[in-house]
Amino acid sequence: MRALWHLIRRDLTLVLRSGTDAGAALAFFVVTVTLFPFGIGPEPEILGRVAAGLIWVSALLATLLSMERLFQADYEDGTLDQLLLAGVSAEAIAMAKIAAHWLVTGLPLLIVAPVMAALIQLPAGAYGVMIASLALGTPVLSLIGGIGAALILGARRGGALLALLVLPLFVPPLIFAVGAIDAAALGLSPRPNLLFLAGLLAAALPLAPVAAAAAIRQVLD
Amino acid sequence: MTILSAEKIACQRAGRLVFRDVSLRLDAGGAIVVVGRNGAGKSSLLRLLAGLLKPLMGSVRTEPSPDDQRRMFGYVGHHDAVKPTLTALENLVFWAGLADRREARARAELALEAFDISQLADLPGRILSAGQKRRLSLGRLLVAPARIWLLDEPSVALDREGVRRLEGEIGRHQASGGGVVVATHQDLTIAGAETLDLEAHRPGQRTAGG
Repeated sequence: MRALWHLIRRDLTLVLRSGTDAGAALAFFVVTVTLFPFGIGPEPEILGRVAAGLIWVSALLATLLSMERLFQADYEDGTLDQLLLAGVSAEAIAMAKIAAHWLVTGLPLLIVAPVMAALIQLPAGAYGVMIASLALGTPVLSLIGGIGAALILGARRGGALLALLVLPLFVPPLIFAVGAIDAAALGLSPRPNLLFLAGLLAAALPLAPVAAAAAIRQVLD
Repeated sequence: MTILSAEKIACQRAGRLVFRDVSLRLDAGGAIVVVGRNGAGKSSLLRLLAGLLKPLMGSVRTEPSPDDQRRMFGYVGHHDAVKPTLTALENLVFWAGLADRREARARAELALEAFDISQLADLPGRILSAGQKRRLSLGRLLVAPARIWLLDEPSVALDREGVRRLEGEIGRHQASGGGVVVATHQDLTIAGAETLDLEAHRPGQRTAGG
């Protein structure tokens, strides 16, 4: 547990020092969402109807973008070996890296999302639910992405492979999140969809680190 | 007292048998120098002993000791695990803190001093030279004490003075009841070192046991 926190702190320091991956993901999210009014046209009714989907698709692409090198640097420079020999379990390493990833990409998305939603005319009643869906959903994206990032370790051209592996798995959180936001926009209860999202999170939280750890052990052997 | 032993281990990498029938026994305070041509499997043997690889056959055993609280393995491999954006000191403080949070910084400073890189403490890892990174990597052995040091070509990129310091630290480690397994091409002065020649264990070659 202490090792977990120690690792998360180191990862946050590393990201703050270099800043590239996390900053790029956030910038990608902002730019992508900004592009849609140009592509679709500025009519508030049309934008408002697709806003939930735009926010979410942009968020999951931004997550994917920053995911590719999650374990790569630690794998290449021998840090993974050293951590395992120091008695840190592969599961703890995976959990720490995923948690740090969410803190530097998912959390900033959560903060910027309302501004971007205003830009694309998200219906006024849906803001709270959108935040809730992102709060429950972006950790799921980071967790699932973590499995993919561990699986592509050591592969050349891993980025394309990662997208193929992970994007299909992003479909369930996408459906429930957009369902929740749309329900709120229509004045219906978003509760069932949010509960499904919460269920996905409850399942991914223990399972994803175990799966990612298995993949890490596989490449090191 | 034996702290590490291996029985007839064989290693396979990428479908190719690298070596077989390797047995060894490391005593407290002892040292084994692993030699062999490039590709003989020296690095693989060290990773096998560390448990990072699984042997194809045979077994590796470590003997726990109730009055030695140090962790089992300290490993210095080809990769230095030095983070380019952290300073030399921060790199070591991380590993020191992972092993034991108390006085992590003080221990890291001592380790920098032991390998004579205190003056680099505040420089980021990315501008360190290969030899300086190697010294930093060796410093990790001191901040996170382990009973058995597995050193894979530890003297690569080190200057003569660096090698002398390394030999001194190995001697101190042996004196504290620790063991060392070194894979090297260079002659290191290590007291009581036995030599293990992997050439004798090449697949297809007749081994000592027949």
